[in-house]
Amino acid sequence: MKTESVLEKIFASGEFAVTSECGPPRGAVPEKVIEKAKMLKGYVDAVNVTDNQTAMVRMSSFAACVFIKQLGMSPILQMVTRDRNRLAMQADILGAYSHGINTMLCLSGDHPHFGDHPMAANVHDIDSVQFVQMIRDMRDKGKFQGGDDILNPPKMFIGAAANPFADPFELRVSRLAKKIKAGTDFIQTQCIYNLDKFEKWMEGVRDRGLHEKVNIMAGITPMKTVGMAKYMKNRVPGMDVPDEIIKRMAGVPKEKQPEEGIKISVEAIERLKSVEGVKGFHVMAIEWEQKVPEIVEKAGLLPRPQIDL
Amino acid sequence: MENFEPVIVAFCCHYCAYTAADMAGSKRLCYPPNVKIIRVPCSGKVDAIHIMKALEKGADGVYVAGCLEGDCHFKNGNINAAKRVAYIKKLLDEIGIGGDRVEMILMSAGMGERFAQTAVDMTEKIRKLGPNPVKSASRDKASNAA
Amino acid sequence: MITAERKPMEELIEYLRPYHRILLVGCNECVTVCSAGGRKEVGILSSALQMAFMKEGKTLEVKEMTLERQCDPEYVEELVNEIDQVEAVMSMACGCGVQEIARRFKTKPVFPAVNTEFMGASERQGVWAERCQGCGECVLGLTGGICPIARCSKRLLNGPCGGSTNGKCEVDPDIDCAWQLIWDRLKALGIEDRYEENIAAKDWRTGRGGGPRKIIREDLVK
Repeated sequence: MKTESVLEKIFASGEFAVTSECGPPRGAVPEKVIEKAKMLKGYVDAVNVTDNQTAMVRMSSFAACVFIKQLGMSPILQMVTRDRNRLAMQADILGAYSHGINTMLCLSGDHPHFGDHPMAANVHDIDSVQFVQMIRDMRDKGKFQGGDDILNPPKMFIGAAANPFADPFELRVSRLAKKIKAGTDFIQTQCIYNLDKFEKWMEGVRDRGLHEKVNIMAGITPMKTVGMAKYMKNRVPGMDVPDEIIKRMAGVPKEKQPEEGIKISVEAIERLKSVEGVKGFHVMAIEWEQKVPEIVEKAGLLPRPQIDL
Repeated sequence: MENFEPVIVAFCCHYCAYTAADMAGSKRLCYPPNVKIIRVPCSGKVDAIHIMKALEKGADGVYVAGCLEGDCHFKNGNINAAKRVAYIKKLLDEIGIGGDRVEMILMSAGMGERFAQTAVDMTEKIRKLGPNPVKSASRDKASNAA
Repeated sequence: MITAERKPMEELIEYLRPYHRILLVGCNECVTVCSAGGRKEVGILSSALQMAFMKEGKTLEVKEMTLERQCDPEYVEELVNEIDQVEAVMSMACGCGVQEIARRFKTKPVFPAVNTEFMGASERQGVWAERCQGCGECVLGLTGGICPIARCSKRLLNGPCGGSTNGKCEVDPDIDCAWQLIWDRLKALGIEDRYEENIAAKDWRTGRGGGPRKIIREDLVK
């Protein structure tokens, strides 16, 4: 093992890993973090904590991760390159590791244009690929990005995102290759609705043997309503929602739509289990965290393996 | 405004608008003497500065008259002129002179009636808008001083 | 060229409110090319300013001049004959020009007439787009001639991000996704393998981040 990460152990065991997500509150309200996390305890192996998602200010991912760690759960520190330069990032990584946080997800981050501070400076001192490389060198070479030695280097299990549905499609396997080259240990994909397209991407991934070099987790987000389905189809960049999904959601009365949405997610997980190279599932139920246990259970992913933290 | 007679400058292209003015003349169609015609080879010859200077020197209104769409003798001089007029209108709004003192009008050579009617309409419109503000302020100042 | 756009008239009138005689100086280079501050624009702005003042019952005398460029002291020196007859100067050049005039004529107030924007190229008549950020260490040789620092909204050196849609940036459908452009170009040049070579983190010292920059050519310095 490269790290103490629970996720690394589960991947190594050959079991499907299951993660979910926690969005911190837009204020100094730790109770909200704890409440959400408690809903997931026992149903997932680790919990992502988002970092100023959609460029809206929230409690820092680092702080929220500490609360989650105190609950005896395994947090995944998400960090974007949009808001910090490499000094701040490395400092936060040292801080997080000192609090026992050992798993990270490296992202570029949504552009400030989408958020509540469009006037803010868009940092991007380094990009997500360079970020992965930086953390790998901190861990494996024990050196800061600038070259100096680190006292007790942080051993982070490094994750990155992949979006098989963004354009250009023909580049999406190469982009994965770049991230693997930089040192990514695991990948969480954007939420999958177009299973055919995802399988096509996985084909390309397997052709190059990349599925053996990185642990790929399929992203799943349950639809709550047909309105949500349409919104995601038309207004969220890099999202691919096939018409059949919209039809299915529209085909049931409003009170039944959440149930249908969960059904669709569970079916997706079942199908994805048999796709070679899929090593786990990342269930993102934004503002619907209470449904994660049901999805995980219905998808036959319980009980979760007990790993000593 | 007692007896305000607007001064209107009309840049007329030789091939269409000026010929239409001629036609109005031949047909003895009346149009107000407020309109001072300046013949140009093409409405596209009229640049932003010409319109600005006309107003700066005290014209109350300006219009640029060119050929109908697709008929410009020089291909798209009339389209260029229309774009410039639109640009100047915005600038005039910004400085408080008023973009509606300037217009782009299209007509063909045979449209004597349209020429005359345009002159009538523009004169009335400017009469209602009142004198060009660049004049009235100094005039008020002068009459207050007197 | 360096591109710029005229500031709102309200702001310009406010700057000049205390004065009666000003010098309005244009520049024959970049701001002429992007139609923001050349001889033509000087004429239009002069007329607009005078009309704005006349409207308030005041006069503004405007002496109009257009220099070859304002970023070289030899040309700025040409203003020396007019400068004493005016109370203030308004420059239609980019920020470089405005500052050169201020530096040369220390006791004369100088005001910018335009907002300097970016280094760019003409896409077509009337349209100019950002192309270069002056990062000081050009990577165009690695990216098929398209700059990811100037043209990618997140200045990714290993893009695209997950928001690229139909060749356009997630921020604005009018912005081309720089990495789509780079990929297309690498394909056209037959060097797609270049794409998977990860570009290392940038040293921003060569850019503005290291502080205001200066170039000294020892062979040319007198």
